[in-house]
Amino acid sequence: MRRRRASLSRKGCLATMGLFQRISMVFRAKADKALDRAEDPRETLDYSYKKQLELLQKVRRGVADVATSRKRIEVQMSQLAGQSDKLQNQAGKALELGREDLAREALTRRSGLTNQITDLQTQHANLQAEEEKLTLAAQRLQAKVEAFRTRKETIKATYTAAEAQTRIGEAFSGISEEMSDVGLAVQRAEDKTAELQARAGAVDELLASGVLEDVTGTAKDDIALELDQMASTNDVELELARMKQELTAGPSGAAPKELEGEAAAPAEEPVAEPKQEGERQ
Amino acid sequence: MIVRIMGEGQLRLDDSALAELNRFDDQLGEAIESGDDEKFRSALVALLDAVRASGTPVPDEELVDSDLVLPYAEAHVDEVRAMLTGDGLIPESRTS
Repeated sequence: MRRRRASLSRKGCLATMGLFQRISMVFRAKADKALDRAEDPRETLDYSYKKQLELLQKVRRGVADVATSRKRIEVQMSQLAGQSDKLQNQAGKALELGREDLAREALTRRSGLTNQITDLQTQHANLQAEEEKLTLAAQRLQAKVEAFRTRKETIKATYTAAEAQTRIGEAFSGISEEMSDVGLAVQRAEDKTAELQARAGAVDELLASGVLEDVTGTAKDDIALELDQMASTNDVELELARMKQELTAGPSGAAPKELEGEAAAPAEEPVAEPKQEGERQ
Repeated sequence: MIVRIMGEGQLRLDDSALAELNRFDDQLGEAIESGDDEKFRSALVALLDAVRASGTPVPDEELVDSDLVLPYAEAHVDEVRAMLTGDGLIPESRTS
C-alpha cells in the first residue's frame, strides 16, 4: 500500500500501457509481500541484504558458467574447422588421383561440417551476448546492493516507527525489483547454457567417434583410407619406375633389353609394354 | 517515468515520450492475443528501440522502482503471456 500512492497517481497517464504495467505490478507485489511479512521492517532490511549478496554471488557464478560454455564452443569450432580443412584437402587429393566419387564424398561431408560450424557460430554469438548482459547485470546489482547497504544503515540508525515504513519501502522496492529481474536473467542464462551444454556434448561425441555428419552412413575414415591405399599404390609404382630407371642407367649396361625399354623409352616396345602395366595393376 | 527493460536495467523517460510508446501497445496486445510470435517480436523490438532511444539510463546506485516493466527482446510471446498473468514469473524463493 505504501508505494501504491505514487504508482496510482502516475497510473492515470499510463492507462494505455496496461500490458507492461501489469508486469511491473507482478514485480511490485513480490516486494510488498516480502516486506509485509516482517514484524520489524529492520529485520527485513538485513534479511534482504543477505539475499542480495547471495544473488550477487549467483550472478557471478552465472557469468563464469556462460564463459566456460563459450570457451568450449570455441574449441569445438576450431576442431570442426580442422576437420573441414582436412576433408577439403582430401577432396583435392582425390581429384588429383582421378577419383571424383571420393572427392564428392569428401565435399559432401565437408558441407555437413560447415552447417555444424555455422550453428556453433550462432550459439557462440548468443553466449557472448548473454555473457555481456550478465556481466553488466552483475555490475549494476553490485552498485545497487552497495547503495542499499548505505540506505539500510542510515535507516537503522535513525529509525523511528513513523517514518520507517515509507523509507524502508522506498529502498526496498527498488532493490527488490532489481533482484527479481537479475534473478530471472540468471535463470535464463542457466537454461540457455544447459541447453547448449547438451548440444556441445553431442558435438564432442561426434568429434570423438569420427562419424561426422555422414550422409552415406559409412565410417568417416574410409575416404582417408582409400586415399592412403591409392597413394601407397602410387608410391609403389613410382618406386618401381625409379628402380627400373636406375637399372637402365646403371654403369654395367647389363640390364635386360625389355626392362630398359619399359622404364626409359616406352616408344621402343609399344605393344608389349601396356600389357605389362596392366598386369601389374 | 521509469521503465525497466528486463535483463537490461532501468531508463528514465520523459512523460511526453509516453504518447509514442502507446502506439506500440495495441500492436503488442493484438500479437499477444493471437499468439503470433513473429508479429509480437517485431512490435516488441520496435518498442524497446524507442525506449532506449528516448530514455536515459538510471544510475546503477539509484534505488527506484519502475512504472513499466518491458520484457527482454528475445522473450517468446508465450513467456510474456505468462508474465502478464504472473504465472511462473518470479518463483517465491528468488526474492523473498
